[in-house]
Amino acid sequence: MRKAMIRPQDLLCQKPDGLYCPPGDFYVDPVRPVDRAVITHGHGDHARAGHRTVAATPETLAIMAARYGEAYAQTTRSLAYGETLDRDGVEVTLVPAGHILGSAQAVVRWKGLTIVVSGDYKRRRDPTCAPFEPFPCDVFVTEATFGLPVFRHPDDAGEIAKLLRSTEQFGGRCHLVGAYALGKAQRLIRLLREAGWRRPIYVHGAFERLNAVYASFGVDLGPLAPATGEGKQDLAGEIVLAPPSALADRWTRRFADPVAAFASGWMRVRARARQRGVELPLVISDHADWDELCATLAELAPGEVWVTHGREEALVRWARTHGLEAKALALAGYEDEED
Amino acid sequence: MRAFARLLDRLSLTHGRNAKLTLARDFLRETPDPDRGWALAALTGALVFQEAKPAAIRKAVEARMDPVLFAWSYDFVGDLAETVALAWPARPGANREPELSEVVDALRSASRREVQPLIEGWLDALDADGRWALLKLLTGGLRVGLSARLAKQAAADLGDVEVAEIEELWHALRPPYEDLFAWLEGRSERPSAEAPARFRPAMLAQAIDEASDFAKLDPADYAAEWKWDGIRVQAVSERGVRRLWSRTGEDISAAFPDVAQSLTFEGVIDGELLVIRDGRVAPFGDLQQRLNRKSADAKLMAAFPAGVRAYDLLMDGETDLRALPFRERRARLEAFVASAASPRIDLSPLQPFADWQALAALRADPPPGDARCAEGLMLKRWDSIYEPGRPRGPWFKWKRDPHLVDAVLMYAQRGHGKRSSFYSDYTFGVWREEEDGRRALTPVGKAYFGFTDEELKELDKFVRDNTVERFGPVRSVRADQDFGLVLEVAFEGLQRSTRHRSGLAMRFPRISRIRWDKPAREADELATLERMLEQLGA
Ligand SMILES: [Zn+2]
Ligand SMILES: [Zn+2]
Repeated sequence: MRKAMIRPQDLLCQKPDGLYCPPGDFYVDPVRPVDRAVITHGHGDHARAGHRTVAATPETLAIMAARYGEAYAQTTRSLAYGETLDRDGVEVTLVPAGHILGSAQAVVRWKGLTIVVSGDYKRRRDPTCAPFEPFPCDVFVTEATFGLPVFRHPDDAGEIAKLLRSTEQFGGRCHLVGAYALGKAQRLIRLLREAGWRRPIYVHGAFERLNAVYASFGVDLGPLAPATGEGKQDLAGEIVLAPPSALADRWTRRFADPVAAFASGWMRVRARARQRGVELPLVISDHADWDELCATLAELAPGEVWVTHGREEALVRWARTHGLEAKALALAGYEDEED
Repeated sequence: MRAFARLLDRLSLTHGRNAKLTLARDFLRETPDPDRGWALAALTGALVFQEAKPAAIRKAVEARMDPVLFAWSYDFVGDLAETVALAWPARPGANREPELSEVVDALRSASRREVQPLIEGWLDALDADGRWALLKLLTGGLRVGLSARLAKQAAADLGDVEVAEIEELWHALRPPYEDLFAWLEGRSERPSAEAPARFRPAMLAQAIDEASDFAKLDPADYAAEWKWDGIRVQAVSERGVRRLWSRTGEDISAAFPDVAQSLTFEGVIDGELLVIRDGRVAPFGDLQQRLNRKSADAKLMAAFPAGVRAYDLLMDGETDLRALPFRERRARLEAFVASAASPRIDLSPLQPFADWQALAALRADPPPGDARCAEGLMLKRWDSIYEPGRPRGPWFKWKRDPHLVDAVLMYAQRGHGKRSSFYSDYTFGVWREEEDGRRALTPVGKAYFGFTDEELKELDKFVRDNTVERFGPVRSVRADQDFGLVLEVAFEGLQRSTRHRSGLAMRFPRISRIRWDKPAREADELATLERMLEQLGA
């Protein structure tokens, strides 16, 4: 009875700064500094500095501290997976999203109504984080970064095999792999270790602090070496990881004739690889692909689907043609072009 | 196909000449014959297909998925073949990933009507890179930035020879270039257009399209003979060198010394290699015992005596007959076989016929004896010259019908696109005796075409009316001894598979008839398929 009286937008509504919860007076992943924030995960477009209080998983808090310094918020509330926080009668629980270390879906419950803000997520195995846990809900808030039927990520082991095969074929060249500094880089390293690559992996300086956070949470990255040493290095046959932005700048000139690789879901489309001058695209993404998005909606079968960012129109259409009520929120400020 | 797809994928994004050469050379080194040869043919422009029209491919994908989502995808990707390759909603079925040579072979022999379902089956079986490579191959022009010259350079690098040597030979070489690779890998002499007992590229037949071809053909223009169920060979004896070649130019003399020794003539015969026991053709499985061997011992040769049934004569002594019409070659062949008088060579008899109806009757009901195990009939224009490859028109093959099995509908799944409101993908099974003696159905395959729109509606209704359980988009339907829908399933082949509970996988299964009349208990048993598998020699 009570449930019928409250509408989902009474619990969570769209504001210029992001998704806001009026009864609990907090935002989820606000794009500008706010009083009270619940943060799903440490990526820059979701976790911003300058909020007064931040509630997030311990991993996410550690990532924010590593990125922004200890003063990133006035107070923090560490919320382990499954632990519940009461904000003026609104219960907030974080459950794993399978996106990166510490990534969570924010489960927001109030008067019998459940809304899940999934943040960014994926459904396939990732050796660096806990797997996505489907949570039954009235409203499921989903991303749609890869919300087009052309985005169907292949098995990551096959992509890693491609990279290793290339290091054999082009043993005289270094393999320079572009990877998002948070999440993708560490997952790539773990996948390489699983595939039997025991040599040191050379990493750009931008990865160091985040690698240390992962290591502190028990993710064994194996031997790493800085790729930022003095002068020209001879890294023939070695694998070097660098953030995507570094691939286009002078930094790469220290390597003689590198094979340019890039690990991203966008690499599924050849034109994207070509635009970036990528010779060896590795289709490895931390976001759900089209099939995962659709399967998740079908599995949860929520009363309503809200699509936040990415290719909202296609996913909304799919949901509607499959009997689900769906709308696009078109929140500004989320960008996952580098994943 | 997978290795070829990976090669095209990498070539398409690789710039440096040396890197391209490395990729192509490694591919040629690591890929077995005949796939690497067909790949080399594709890369050098010697292999061109025009069977697949982009519009037909687009129609096929739009029949399977929401056309609006496809259009948005196409807008984003900007390339039709790539969009289809990525978005193709593959249906899990009983298909396995085809090899490049299988694709080439099937396309060369398929009738126009068969092409589209073949392509769709391959698209289902391949991954995104494989689909992209297939579509590039089928729509003509790989355009991956590797010139024909560079492809030949990669082959030259493989054998550490000058590319000029390959260029000089090129005109005499035919895909899949097995002789070229044998030479490059030091396994044989440099191929020469002049070497005695060399292979002559074979002339192959097109599958006849019963619906349209016969109306245009005059029976008086054609000779007919059985298409024997062995392997097509070229039996060559020139200046003391005797060789038996497969139709792709593989030298199989070592596996058949009994046949090679019996080539006591000077010339080149085109025929069918068969196991012939007491003057009768043995089933293909017997021949299988002797294939793919490096040698044959006396015991094996005695148990499976092989011979050649002659179809055609390419060389009579020093005289090249290939430019003569079939009528003349045939007359010379008859005299040639008679004078050779070899116990291991006989003549494939022509089958006189008055009109197509009479020939159809012969094909449907062959006389007792060897003809019963023929694969079907061959039609050859009396005036046809011997033209390498598979020209359209002069020769047709008219195979007997595909294998059929009566199976029971077990599960149905919702279709895609326009069919998304219908249960249009059917999993069917046959009876098997369980350990406790009970008869139970075991799934043996999945089919989603072969029926009309009208039949689809009836099947859909049957599924909805007889649903037992639902699992997402799948419904199980009532199927037991006393009740069930029998589907006559046609398929092209069978093979062992560990992926399927039945241990079998069908090639190219489709619904050929709905047997509303047949009681479920009378559907076929797994043992029937097992026997077929044995007969097919797998
Ligand atoms: Zn993210
Ligand atoms: Zn995001």
